[in-house]
Amino acid sequence: MVDVPYDRIAGIPPAEAPDVELYHPKSWLTRYVFSQDAKVIAIQYSLTASAIGLVALVLSWLMRLQLGFPGTFSFIDANQYLQFITMHGMIMVIYLLTALFLGGFGNYLIPLMVGARDMVFPYVNMLSYWIYLLAVLVLASTFFVPGGPTGAGWTLYPPQAILSGTPGQDWGIVLMLSSLILFIIGFTMGGLNYVVTVLQARTRGMTLMRLPLTVWGIFTATVMALLAFPALFVGSVMMLLDRLLGTSFFMPSLVEMGQLSKYGGGSPLLFQHLFWFFGHPEVYIVALPAFGIVSDLISTHARKNIFGYRMMVWAIVAIGALSFVVWAHHMYVSGMYPYFGYFFATTTLIIAIPTALKVYNWVLTLWRGNIHLTPPMLFALGFIVTFVNGGLTGLFLGNVVVDVPLSDTMFVVAHFHMVMGVAPIMVVLGAIYHWYPKVTGRMLNDVLGKFHFWVTFLGAYLIFFPMHYLGLLGVPRRYFELGEAAFIPPSAHSLNEFITVVALTVGFAQMVFLFNLAWSLFEGAPSGGNPWRATTLEWQTPETPPGHGNWGKELPIVYRWAYDYSVPGAAEDFIPQNQPPTTGAVQGATP
Amino acid sequence: MAETILTNTGPGAGRLPGWRGIAADWASDQRAFKNVSWGKAMMWIFLLSDTFIFSCFLLSYMTARMSTTVPWPNPSEVFALNLGGKHIPLILIAIMTFVLISSSGTMAMAVNFGYRRDRVRTAILMLVTAAFGATFVSMQAFEWTKLIMEGVRPWSNPWGAAQFGSSFFMITGFHGTHVTIGVIFLIAIARKVWRGDFDVGRRGFFTSRRGYYEIVEITGLYWHFVDLVWVFIFAFFYLW
Repeated sequence: MVDVPYDRIAGIPPAEAPDVELYHPKSWLTRYVFSQDAKVIAIQYSLTASAIGLVALVLSWLMRLQLGFPGTFSFIDANQYLQFITMHGMIMVIYLLTALFLGGFGNYLIPLMVGARDMVFPYVNMLSYWIYLLAVLVLASTFFVPGGPTGAGWTLYPPQAILSGTPGQDWGIVLMLSSLILFIIGFTMGGLNYVVTVLQARTRGMTLMRLPLTVWGIFTATVMALLAFPALFVGSVMMLLDRLLGTSFFMPSLVEMGQLSKYGGGSPLLFQHLFWFFGHPEVYIVALPAFGIVSDLISTHARKNIFGYRMMVWAIVAIGALSFVVWAHHMYVSGMYPYFGYFFATTTLIIAIPTALKVYNWVLTLWRGNIHLTPPMLFALGFIVTFVNGGLTGLFLGNVVVDVPLSDTMFVVAHFHMVMGVAPIMVVLGAIYHWYPKVTGRMLNDVLGKFHFWVTFLGAYLIFFPMHYLGLLGVPRRYFELGEAAFIPPSAHSLNEFITVVALTVGFAQMVFLFNLAWSLFEGAPSGGNPWRATTLEWQTPETPPGHGNWGKELPIVYRWAYDYSVPGAAEDFIPQNQPPTTGAVQGATP
Repeated sequence: MAETILTNTGPGAGRLPGWRGIAADWASDQRAFKNVSWGKAMMWIFLLSDTFIFSCFLLSYMTARMSTTVPWPNPSEVFALNLGGKHIPLILIAIMTFVLISSSGTMAMAVNFGYRRDRVRTAILMLVTAAFGATFVSMQAFEWTKLIMEGVRPWSNPWGAAQFGSSFFMITGFHGTHVTIGVIFLIAIARKVWRGDFDVGRRGFFTSRRGYYEIVEITGLYWHFVDLVWVFIFAFFYLW
């Protein structure tokens, strides 16, 4: 650590702890496979999550084929359709988005952005990945076991999830629950690392209020995950006991296949409470990292400081806290005590305040900014629009009286795909375009990137806008076939065909992106260390891609917040966080 | 790892009292919890997460107990033993609770001697703690055996609501697993203390990091937590 006398670096207290000793890999195996380096672990997480995510993407094509052209494809039967729905939802929400944002971006960006050499417990961090991989393999194995994966829907509601008649009753549900338990164990190992790294391993001068919003988003989401996943863990353990040992935690007395089942006295509603106590924070576990990352993308590519940094931080924290008291808005029609709906509708609508505040701040950051329409910026703009869209339909569904008729219709599908499907994926894609140069040292192709954006963005709207309309007509979700129903006009069927065609097109357009990733790895233009001229620490590393230990011999010292763009009087339109003030006090510090 | 257990907080770190001090710490750079090592911070946050797990288990059990239509077996009777011709309710559970709480005492003493770098006493007290823990788990095994002999199963029991057996085996099983892991953890650390690893700064086998006597305290945090959870299980499952 650099030994600068205290008074020479204004406002920066001396080091509180000596520099860390790193674990140095001695072989190819410990360097690239069983690596303890957060950056390698991040890439492992990202590749695994993307691979299983592609499986989920293909499942969605199969679902769309069935919905658009019912009766045409003999290889899709009703059971398989339910299995596709279940696996698509579970993979996308947990194994792709959660793992990618926290395990992927979290591992890569947290140590670099806070100025640490690595995560605080690299060995535990490595275990986290391998347990995650095991969870993914267990999940994927359900496609090959007798009876196939579970078809209970991603919410796995009992009693139907473990009764005969639901596909995957033999093996699928058991392996699904086991995989979830493994995922939670693995995630906890990683999550503890992310939280402690942010709290306790920042570099000199890096106060919490100088952290880039990306770190704030990932940090808050990780804290939430550590408190929300326990409910899913407990729910999974109990359902596993119900299924394997014949306990009746969630199972009431009921008739199964014409016979009184062995179960009795349990409460299916209890599972819903446990599931949604996890499930609602999970929405924000996916959304908060997206909020954070998009703030940095907008600020960097509009060459302007983020508007209202402190408000942005407190909004993230407030959303995180509020999201723990809204869970039963998923259960208005579940048969719970009806007056609970008042409370949960109120808290749900209160969340709109910090969320709207963030949207205003993003827009105000853009206002009179020097906007560069690079692929990351395009995706960030796409995110804002999509998120506002999904948020507005959230107001419909958050109110009990409006939700009741819309429950279990395509409207709900359209809502959550907009708000926690398309919107976070926009950020993931934008973030990949943004940080790919740091990870590989090469730029992604700009033309392909813009093509990818426009197809994805417009396509997503062509897919999900009509779904709102279908939902208002009363078209139910999760149905294998609509059949002939008086309330469904023929136009709904043609609309479904249209959606299917667009969905397949958009799906295949993602291959352009995959090609871009692979091609640019070898043929992309060399990016240099800081191609976007960004201020945050990860762009100031001595090497690109950053070497083991990130910072060479000396840790960086942080003198300013993360958003010194276009500072009046400065030589350039950005001032890196680790650039000392030229004279006097720290310039452009947190206002 | 150059451990961050050093208490050097640099100039300007004159502690402000109360909330102002907390605010100053959180507004400062590098560390939000001053003088708290990474390992200790991690254990505290893990325990917070684990609290949510046990809370969910206990709340689920209470929901089941309150919503079941069949009478709940009377724990005082179920967990009674005949000792010396006398019928004493909850006697085994009382002894188990006493053993586990005593182990917290020996653990606290081990932490104290650890910080005095008293290698032998620390190791012995940790082993005593582990022995108490193992005694607790054996008594739990005895209790499980007794109930199983009497016909209690996860899916049914002779006295009433089936959820009694389900909740009992699930919650005490999960807690017993925690105690068992704690015993293994205690023995492993006691071995390192005994061998003098923390006096010579020997590197860990997996992590290649140096250990410090502080790990005794971190183990202690986990152990006290497991005890505390037992108090809640005792109150909500056995005494209710």
